[in-house]
Amino acid sequence: MASIKMRAKASDGVTTIKALISHVMETGTRKDKKTGKKIPAHFIQEVVCEHKGNKIMVANWGPAISKNPYLSFKFSGGASGDTVKLSWVDNKGEKDSKEATIK
Amino acid sequence: MTSMKRRIFLKGSLATGAIGVAASAGLLTPRASLAAWSKDAFEAKDVNSALSGLFGSSDLTGSDKIKIKAPDIAENGAVVPVSVTTSIGGAESISIIAEKNASPLTANFILGPGTEGYVSTRIKMGKTSSVIAVVKAGGKLYSTGKEVKVTIGGCGG
Repeated sequence: MASIKMRAKASDGVTTIKALISHVMETGTRKDKKTGKKIPAHFIQEVVCEHKGNKIMVANWGPAISKNPYLSFKFSGGASGDTVKLSWVDNKGEKDSKEATIK
Repeated sequence: MTSMKRRIFLKGSLATGAIGVAASAGLLTPRASLAAWSKDAFEAKDVNSALSGLFGSSDLTGSDKIKIKAPDIAENGAVVPVSVTTSIGGAESISIIAEKNASPLTANFILGPGTEGYVSTRIKMGKTSSVIAVVKAGGKLYSTGKEVKVTIGGCGG
């Protein structure tokens, strides 16, 4: 689905992950201007980052995370050349994931 | 009800046991297996209910070891950058709450053992309110807040 752009950089033993995910993050409270009906909620509920089989971070999100969510966090124990994987699942069960190499 | 739960726990094979089986097979860390998306927490309409839904408690201890970086004035409430850094040791999770949003809980970040006490993201804010960061560590909930003024509300409608 190619919705995730991710950068992982290691510096002094700490890896910083920055990710940008393309997703509408619809709250479910907006109304379609033409029909007057509410646009159904469609938002990422869970984001998981894995490194060497360990879950570095699990994020539970609500619809109040902005559209095209940005996310950044850091962890120790990663080294240049390692792979990290970021995955997300939304409230409709749609999902995507991306692997990146730590620089 | 309690004996049912005990039976499920012991058998580890009924509906909720899928997670139990995975945990016992070492596939999920205990922390991650508790990470199921909480409807009660995310759909709660006030801060205390959101905290209770997420943690089973709304007792917060103020802490100066949590720093919130967010604009004093957000020109676009649909995209408010918020970063939370904490130096509290053993931080297990960082939650971001927009006090006056219709559903205040915006996100809960569960941190793995080697993960730093830092998260950065962007949230929607419906109106001027406090952004509250809650850090769970050592069985307690620590928090701090920062007022963010919103000039154009970000939840639509």
